[in-house]
Amino acid sequence: MYCLLKCAPLILAVAVCHGWLFGDFVGKQKELNEISLWPLPQKFQSSAVAFKLSPASFQIVHAKQSSAGPSCSILENAFRRYFEYVFGDLKKHEKSRKKVYDSDLVELQVWITSADPECNGYPSLQTDESYELSVDESSAVLKAANAWGALRGLETFSQLVYEDDYGANNINKTEISDFPRFAHRGILLDSSRHFLPLKVILANLEAMAMNKFNVFHWHIVDDQSFPYMSGTFPDLSQKGAYHPFTHVYTPSDVKMVIEFARMRGIRVIPEFDTPGHTRSWGNGIKDLLTPCYSGCSPSGTFGPVNPILNSSYDFMTEFFKEISTVFPDAYIHLGGDEVDFSCWKSNPDIQKFMVQQGFGTDYSKLESFYIQRLLDIVAATKKGYMVWQEVFDNGVKLKADTQIHVWKERPQYQDEMAKVTAAGFNALLSTPWYLNRISYGQDWVNVYKADPQNFTGTDAQKKLVIGGEACLWGEYVDATNLTPRLWPRASAVAERLWSDKSVTDVGNAYNRLAQHRCRMVKRGIPAEPLFVGHCRQEYMGL
Amino acid sequence: IVKTRGCDGYPDEDSDESYNLSVSEGQAVLRSVTVWGALRGLESFSQLVYQDDYGSYFINKTEIVDFPRFAFRGLLLDTSRHYLPLHAILKTLDAMAYSKFNVFHWHIVDDPSFPYQSRTFPDLSNKGAFHPFTHVYTQSDVMRVIEHARMRGIRVVPEFDSPGHTLSWGKGQPNLLTPCYKGDVPSGSFGPVDPTVDTTYKFMESLLKEVKFVFPDSYVHLGGDEVSFACWQSNPNVRTFMEKMGFGKDFTKLESFYMESIMNMTAALNRTSIVWQDVFDYRERIPQDTVLEIWKGETYQAELSRMTQAGHRVLLSAPWYINHISYGQDWRNSYAVQPQNFSGTEEQKKLVIGGEVAMWGEYVDATNLNPRLWPRACAAAERLWSDEEKTLDADLAFPRLEKFRCELLRRGIQAEPLFVGHCKHEYDGL
Repeated sequence: MYCLLKCAPLILAVAVCHGWLFGDFVGKQKELNEISLWPLPQKFQSSAVAFKLSPASFQIVHAKQSSAGPSCSILENAFRRYFEYVFGDLKKHEKSRKKVYDSDLVELQVWITSADPECNGYPSLQTDESYELSVDESSAVLKAANAWGALRGLETFSQLVYEDDYGANNINKTEISDFPRFAHRGILLDSSRHFLPLKVILANLEAMAMNKFNVFHWHIVDDQSFPYMSGTFPDLSQKGAYHPFTHVYTPSDVKMVIEFARMRGIRVIPEFDTPGHTRSWGNGIKDLLTPCYSGCSPSGTFGPVNPILNSSYDFMTEFFKEISTVFPDAYIHLGGDEVDFSCWKSNPDIQKFMVQQGFGTDYSKLESFYIQRLLDIVAATKKGYMVWQEVFDNGVKLKADTQIHVWKERPQYQDEMAKVTAAGFNALLSTPWYLNRISYGQDWVNVYKADPQNFTGTDAQKKLVIGGEACLWGEYVDATNLTPRLWPRASAVAERLWSDKSVTDVGNAYNRLAQHRCRMVKRGIPAEPLFVGHCRQEYMGL
Repeated sequence: IVKTRGCDGYPDEDSDESYNLSVSEGQAVLRSVTVWGALRGLESFSQLVYQDDYGSYFINKTEIVDFPRFAFRGLLLDTSRHYLPLHAILKTLDAMAYSKFNVFHWHIVDDPSFPYQSRTFPDLSNKGAFHPFTHVYTQSDVMRVIEHARMRGIRVVPEFDSPGHTLSWGKGQPNLLTPCYKGDVPSGSFGPVDPTVDTTYKFMESLLKEVKFVFPDSYVHLGGDEVSFACWQSNPNVRTFMEKMGFGKDFTKLESFYMESIMNMTAALNRTSIVWQDVFDYRERIPQDTVLEIWKGETYQAELSRMTQAGHRVLLSAPWYINHISYGQDWRNSYAVQPQNFSGTEEQKKLVIGGEVAMWGEYVDATNLNPRLWPRACAAAERLWSDEEKTLDADLAFPRLEKFRCELLRRGIQAEPLFVGHCKHEYDGL
């Protein structure tokens, strides 16, 4: 065991097993120098033996035995990014080789062990993100099956480096063996209620990588605006965006987001939510939405997608053909939430259809009728789909690999998780993680305490929980307040989804998270404070 | 056209901020009594200018007669719970001017840290700041804030809160705070300022002398809130003092004793004190011209009645603690506040001289200050300036505030959205 003290007992020498730190709630100056990992790795051991790192002599390199090399742009990119995180502004350091001390760590070797490092592919739900990190005399070794695991390990490595009282970079002798508890760890951003400039999306992908999030759920369009520029149906954004030029995502914008995410091991899953939440779609596609009636004549307003017209399904076929080629992930989120039936009820053609189909007055049957056909359309594009829980609750026939997204507060999410998994479907939890719902005080604690497997069920059921997502709905959020509202509260979700379920000590979490937050600030992310205190380097932007 | 001289002076509680603005063919005329009124008029003028679809600038023929309903329209920032870099404070002053706020209440020190670099007592910040160099306000920083504010017609009223909220003071000024006791021995922790020893009063007098020298405004906020008596109670010397003074077991009398001394010192220095309502609630002898500030939320109307009945001028802050965030359009709560809606005579109502929006710093620093302040603080700004009868309907205010928020964005203030929608130019930072 490495829980030994190699040096004489110093106040600063902390025997750390399994990553537990000792410290009081407020976190004294001394602890700013100690290890501040977030999320906490599965297995972590370190000793008090410290090595120095110098920007002039330290390098991150491909191990000789690695299946990845200089052609792996994901790793090349990451090496530079993490070097900058550790040492700060590169331009400040000369490249001269200075004297190397005996206790210098000169390199981190990155060793990809699988034959295929996956450098040119995209991450998926099945991706192995595990890694092993060993920091010892003169060189450190990061072993991972593929580039994705290496990315996770590089982030952890960067979190192990700390500055001593003289400002020198140090890292302790460490052994880490790590892997995520859940494979789907996501953040939802809403770019319809408010347009989100590219800069803010990219900065948050950067912050996600610092927290080992691996899914960006892009709720890209909704009632209020349609910023997605479609090649097949340009009128959608022409007529549906807040502004057809300044408030849209061009095809190259979308490509940029996808590639920026890929470089960080983050999947991009777009959500095109139907049949509800589609008001902005109607501006650009005639007859797509149901005309609502006031008595015998149209009232002038529109409701959900019109499920009785073939043109609706023809449109969806063409549209999702495009989506399936633009977005490389194996999954698309199809929405299916909060369908308001009043407009359908008012429309005489729909009333006739209901009678024809034998649906009676049960409009959820009509909703299911639509969703069923939509799912078949999407399945034909060879994509899997995620849907909000209503689709499951309404008894729609779903493919076996459908992922059900639990978000409602009633019924209790624990009961819903049990129901979904009992029916044999993968479940994703978001209910306790609606971070758009702000409140005064340290609300990260309740976020941290929620556990996706906290429901009554068999082990087989629990295995069907693939993870969860922190959601930042956009009614009150745009670029001016998104980043501080999301971070570090989303970090609490990050640890719940990555670390072992036994990692629940709030006091310990506070200490680590406060330091992790200062680290995000240092790296240019305006993560807001948890509580009273300070960071060595306060946020310099405005 | 400005009637009286005064460009080189500071705004004060009697400054006349009224102005007339007349825009017609070929020329516009802005008339005011003082330069401060001219500043207010310039702001209004800038809000009248708009662009059409071609980008041409327009202003409509307009007549405005304007003056503030309340003379004291303040905003509190807390630079002790979190250090706020200078640029964050200066930016806040800019945004305050856009909303016609005219008092910056600088809650500069408190329990967690003492960032004010004192010329008389350098150890206060050397030992009490989060960091003696990177997390302090030097004398020149302070002068910069005061001048930046003056240029915008904003008064800077500092708060040196005592006897409670002073933990950080004890780091650099040993023997200032009361040592708490566990039985017969000191426990190692400290409580409020020690009101039983002469050294305390000598120190406070020197500090207040310096504050008078550094801060030109004629008002000083002395705090006086939330004094916990447990530590005083535990200390045998304090208990002895209590007996000697005939206070018995009533520690509110001890606090009154302390606050009275401080308020008298302040008066002797020719400064008017502002204190939190706690000082009045303990029924102390307060100089009649002391201003009382209400911060406790539950029954502030009753407090308004009581205080004005006793003849004191009052500031209202309780319903405007906008550090208390909640989900949704909570600006409407600020907007609905009616500062003179309490039982009292017309004379009493006149004693309400204004109010303050408070942004306490427990959960706030430079990463989230601006979106949390703006545009929510604007609701109180209108309540404090405008005629209440004309501005009771929040639904009517909404489109104006929405547009104003986009204007704030255009002027570089990171104001968050009120609800769904967009601005021509979105915020392009982080």
